[in-house]
Amino acid sequence: MELIVALLIGTLAGSGVWLLLRPRTFQVIVGLSLLSYAVNLFIFVMGWVRGGRPPFVEPGAVVDFARFADPLPQALVLTAIVISFATTALLLVVLVVARGLTGTDHVDGQEPDA
Amino acid sequence: MSWSEHLPIVPVVLPLAAGALMLVLDERRSTLKAAISIATLLLLLVAALALLRLADNPVAPVYALGDWPAPFGIVLVADRLAAAMVLLAAVLGLAAMVFSLARWHRAGPRFHSLLQFLLMGLNGAFLTGDLFNLFVFFELLLAASYGLALHGSGTGRVRSSLHYIVINLGASLLFLIGVSLIYGVAGTLNLAHLAQRIPQIAAADRALVEAGAAVLFIAFLVKAGMWPLGFWLPSTYAAASAPAGALFAILSKVGFYAVLRIWLLLFGGGVGSELLFYGGMATLAFGMIGMLASQELGRLAGYSLLVSSGTLLAAISRSDGAVTAAALFYLVASTLGIAALFLLIELVQRSREPGADVLAVTAEAFGLADAEEEQPEEQSGTEIPAVMALLGLSFVCCALLVAGLPPLPGFLAKFGLLAAVLAPEPIPARAWALLALLTLAGLAAVIAMGRAGVRIFWAAEERSVPRVRLIEITPIAGLLALCFALAVAPGPAMRYLHDAALALHAPHGYIESVLGRP
Repeated sequence: MELIVALLIGTLAGSGVWLLLRPRTFQVIVGLSLLSYAVNLFIFVMGWVRGGRPPFVEPGAVVDFARFADPLPQALVLTAIVISFATTALLLVVLVVARGLTGTDHVDGQEPDA
Repeated sequence: MSWSEHLPIVPVVLPLAAGALMLVLDERRSTLKAAISIATLLLLLVAALALLRLADNPVAPVYALGDWPAPFGIVLVADRLAAAMVLLAAVLGLAAMVFSLARWHRAGPRFHSLLQFLLMGLNGAFLTGDLFNLFVFFELLLAASYGLALHGSGTGRVRSSLHYIVINLGASLLFLIGVSLIYGVAGTLNLAHLAQRIPQIAAADRALVEAGAAVLFIAFLVKAGMWPLGFWLPSTYAAASAPAGALFAILSKVGFYAVLRIWLLLFGGGVGSELLFYGGMATLAFGMIGMLASQELGRLAGYSLLVSSGTLLAAISRSDGAVTAAALFYLVASTLGIAALFLLIELVQRSREPGADVLAVTAEAFGLADAEEEQPEEQSGTEIPAVMALLGLSFVCCALLVAGLPPLPGFLAKFGLLAAVLAPEPIPARAWALLALLTLAGLAAVIAMGRAGVRIFWAAEERSVPRVRLIEITPIAGLLALCFALAVAPGPAMRYLHDAALALHAPHGYIESVLGRP
């Protein structure tokens, strides 16, 4: 299980970095999205990869904490998802504006041979 | 609970409330918005001063959000350094706001709210005592800074903002990876609790924590503009509008602040000091060469910011209380000086066309062309005589500050820094290298600023005298007057920053403030 998750994160991050280094703005934004998925999964598995463990305990009950998942990484992932969603939306707007103003979708605002 | 116990949250809540309020106000009510902004910033200044007084004692005021106890809830810690940075941010915010009242605040939508949110993010990042909360405040201030970097629009701004946003989004992802690696090993995110836990971590897991911290620090150093992570900085800052540029002068210091705080707290200034030193030296050299090569004043100011970042990073790598104290004084002086320079550049370049035409295009886009061009008497403030003399004088002051020449505090700061670096016997080779590079950087700054000044103020046949409003020159004069005050009576500030530095190097005080005495 851990190996599969690790490979998945690695594949996502690798594809993300590759796309981030491409010259077109759309590729960059897709790359950033893939990277943020990889990072979100990475934060999530910092609370260990185990199934069937709820992140909350019943009030009043005496519990064995080893049988429960750590709720903090899940809270962190939620925050990270919201923030990266918002900033990606902002970047998308800037990207469209840049396309309109410069007339090209190259990240430097001009074609390399122009 | 007395009012002063709630003081640490005020610098975060106040700009948030004001910014949110101004979001619902109509864009056309710019006078009302300006009044709210200025009132908020004045209140913020008062709160920051009160916080400074409160912070100036051995036990730092700690504010537990929601009254959850320390390692579980999020805390705000207003120790001396945090309070000083909050005050610096408030001063720069006020200066930028007053400056923008002449024309910039109408050059695009939501300027007032963005500025308040930026200040909120800055204050939160300075005050927070929790690693993930630091991430949230970083994102807040970055999101507001994206908006401010784009303020005024125009092709140049959009192009450089695109790079700025992409780089900082990448850095934020690295931040998250670092935080989760540290959390995965140490099991806590509270900085004080982390500082307690990290020495107890088994040797096998220590490498993982250090790797996490290294990833985290890359994110901070991108903000601080360390070579080779700072190539985006000069072009973005040069393209930003003048008030935004002035505020961005403290933005790069947030990265430095985070490095200083977390490195000293969690690792006691041991691991990675070579990296900080060589990185800082490379930044210093790169900024110096960049200053000499800049054709344009905006880029010159951007590179001088890199020089200041490099100096600070190389200085703190010594992890010695006296050196850190001098570095903090340098931070205050150089931030004030560079912010004044960013504001000044716009005024100086007003009669030179490139800056003016971008503004004209923007004003047209927002239907302000008439107000800007044909009815100048409707602008706020009065025109002042002897404009060129005043601008020239201010420029000389900025040049002295940036180059670190007497009588301004840039000199005191650099002198203090070198004296502290050269204090121990025998003097290490690194200290000589820093001395040489710092002196060279000062020379380069004199040459670059002198050349720019000659070109602007003395070779003046074909140029018209710029129209400058009193309200625009006031914030510059204010910032420079603060610098003069720091030069005339540096005692209290130096004493305070010295205590702040010593507290940074003795983290048990911070830990006890947050977690209580064991």
